[in-house]
Amino acid sequence: MSELHLSRNTIHFAEPLPLQSGAMLSGYDLVIETYGKLNADKSNAVLICHALNASHHVAGPAPEDPEDIGWWDNMIGPGKPVDTDHFFVIGVNNLGSCFGSTGPMSIHAETGKPYGANFPVVTVEDWVNTQARLADKLGIRKFAAVMGGSLGGMQAMAWSIQFPKRLDHCVVIASTPKLSAQNIAFNEVARNAILSDPDFHGGNYYEHGVVPKRGLRLARMVGHITYLSDDDMAEKFGRELQRPNGESNDYRFSFDVEFEVESYLRHQGDKFSTYFDANTYLLITRALDYFDPSRRYEGSLNRALADVQAKFLVVSFSTDWRFPPNRSREMVESLLSNKSEVSYAEIDAPHGHDAFLLDDPRYHNLIRAYFRKMREALK
Amino acid sequence: MKRADFVAIAKWIAPNSQVLDLGCGDGSFLEFLQKQKPVHSYGVEIDDARVLSCAQKGLNVIQQNLEGGLALFENESFDMVVLSQTLQTIHQTEKILREVVRVGKESVVSFPNFGHWSHRLAVGMGHMPVSKSLPYQWYNTPNVRVLTVADFERLASTLGLKIVDRCILHEGREVTLLPNLFGSLALFRVRRA
Repeated sequence: MSELHLSRNTIHFAEPLPLQSGAMLSGYDLVIETYGKLNADKSNAVLICHALNASHHVAGPAPEDPEDIGWWDNMIGPGKPVDTDHFFVIGVNNLGSCFGSTGPMSIHAETGKPYGANFPVVTVEDWVNTQARLADKLGIRKFAAVMGGSLGGMQAMAWSIQFPKRLDHCVVIASTPKLSAQNIAFNEVARNAILSDPDFHGGNYYEHGVVPKRGLRLARMVGHITYLSDDDMAEKFGRELQRPNGESNDYRFSFDVEFEVESYLRHQGDKFSTYFDANTYLLITRALDYFDPSRRYEGSLNRALADVQAKFLVVSFSTDWRFPPNRSREMVESLLSNKSEVSYAEIDAPHGHDAFLLDDPRYHNLIRAYFRKMREALK
Repeated sequence: MKRADFVAIAKWIAPNSQVLDLGCGDGSFLEFLQKQKPVHSYGVEIDDARVLSCAQKGLNVIQQNLEGGLALFENESFDMVVLSQTLQTIHQTEKILREVVRVGKESVVSFPNFGHWSHRLAVGMGHMPVSKSLPYQWYNTPNVRVLTVADFERLASTLGLKIVDRCILHEGREVTLLPNLFGSLALFRVRRA
C-alpha cells in the first residue's frame, strides 16, 4: 500500500500584501499540508481550496491527532479519485482563517495584541493572490489543477481568471459565480447572531477572555440548515422526538429540545463554537458575499471568463439549494459561449450542498476519470 | 470497426469546426471524429454512466436533458450540431429540431427508418418490428417517436428546415433506390431555411 506522505509546514511571507480593499497586510503566515510527491518538472501539483470552516488539513490523519481525519479524505489520498500516488496535493489554510494561518486571532506585530476587529477584510481574489505567492515559493509555475467545492470552487474559478496561465485544469464543485440575495441573507443572519452576542465586544473578545459562543452557535445552526436538503433532513430526523430510552413519546409542551432535528442543530452549533473563531466567520462569509467576478465587467460573466485558459470540470448536485445546479449552469453557459474547454456533471444526489463532501460513486468516479485523464497528459 | 453513419456524418464536417453532439452517448462518435480531423467539440448527454465514459475519453461533455431545450447554447454558435440516433428518444420533437437549427449553422439529424421494408413487414404480420436498427421490444424501447424518411422530410418542411443533403444507409451501405423502403438508417444534413 502506498503512502500519503503528509507534510505540514508554516510558511512565512515577509512581503506586504496589497488587498482588494486597498488595505495592506504586512508579513503573514500560511499553514499548508502536502500529500504525495512533487515530480521533477513540478507539473503534478494540485491545489485544494477550502470552503467556510475547513483548513489545510485535507487528507489523512492529522500529525498531532490521528483521530482528526482530513476534511476531503474520501477524495484525496493514495488510490483515491485525486490520487496522491501521482499528484502532489496542497491544502492551504486561507488568510483570515483560524487554523494557524494569519488571521484575527494572530498577534499583530505592532500592537502585540490579537488583530481582532482590526484584521482587514479579505476577498476570494486576495486569497488567490496569497496562494499564487505560495506556488512561487514552492517553485510551481503551473498547477495541474486547482480544485474546490463551494467557496473553494470560487477560489478555483478566481484562479482561472487571475492567473489563466498558471493552471491546466479548474475543478469547480457545488459552487456559484456569485451569491444570490438569499445566500447573502443567510450570511447576514449568521453574522448578526455573532455581532449581537454580548461577548463579541466589537470583535476584540480575546482581550476580555471570552468567546461569542452563542452567536457562533446560531451562525452555525442557520448555516447548517442550508447545507442539507429538505429530503435529507426528513430522512435523517423527520419529526422524531428526542426521547431517551423508554420515555413517553408525548409532547412535553416546553421549549427545550423536543425534536431530533433541534438536538442535531444544537450539537452542530455547540461543536462548532468550541473550535471556530467568530471573527473568521464574519470574514469568510463576507468574502462569499463579495465574490462576483462579473462585477468588473458590467455583470458579464462571459467577459470575466474571456481570458480563461484552463479546462473546466464543473459539478453540481441536484438537491443543493444553497448553490443549485442553475448557478453552476450559468458558469458553464459562459464557458461555452467563450468556447472554453468545459465538462459539466449534474449529480442526482439527495444530500443537498453537503453532497460535495460525501461519498457518491457517480461523483467520485467522474473525478477519478478526470484526474486519470489529466495524468496521461502529464507524461 | 468503422460505423458507416459515423463516416458519413464526419464527411459533412469541415476541419476545425465547432461541433456539438447532442445525445453523444459514450462519446464514440466524437472520439472517432477527433481522430479523423481537428475539431473543437462538446457532447451533451443525460445518462451518468455515459457521461463518465465521455470523461474517460477526455471529451468535453455537458450533462443535460435535451427535453428542456438548449438554453445553454447561443444562436449559431456551432458549425455543426449532430443529433445522431437521438431524435426518436425525445418527446418534444419539434422543439428539439427548432433548437438544433437555432444553435447550429448546420446540423445532422439521423434516426432509424421505421419505413424499412422489414419493419413494414413486421407490422404487416401483426408485430412491432425488432431489427438491427430498432433492436428493442416495444415494452422496453427507449424510442418514444418512430418515424420514416418521408415523415422527417415532411416535418422538416413544416418547420422551415432546409435539407442540404441526405444519406440513407442499410447495413453500412448507402441506399439510393427507394431509400424509404430499403434504408434502415437515415441521415439528414439540414439548416434553417
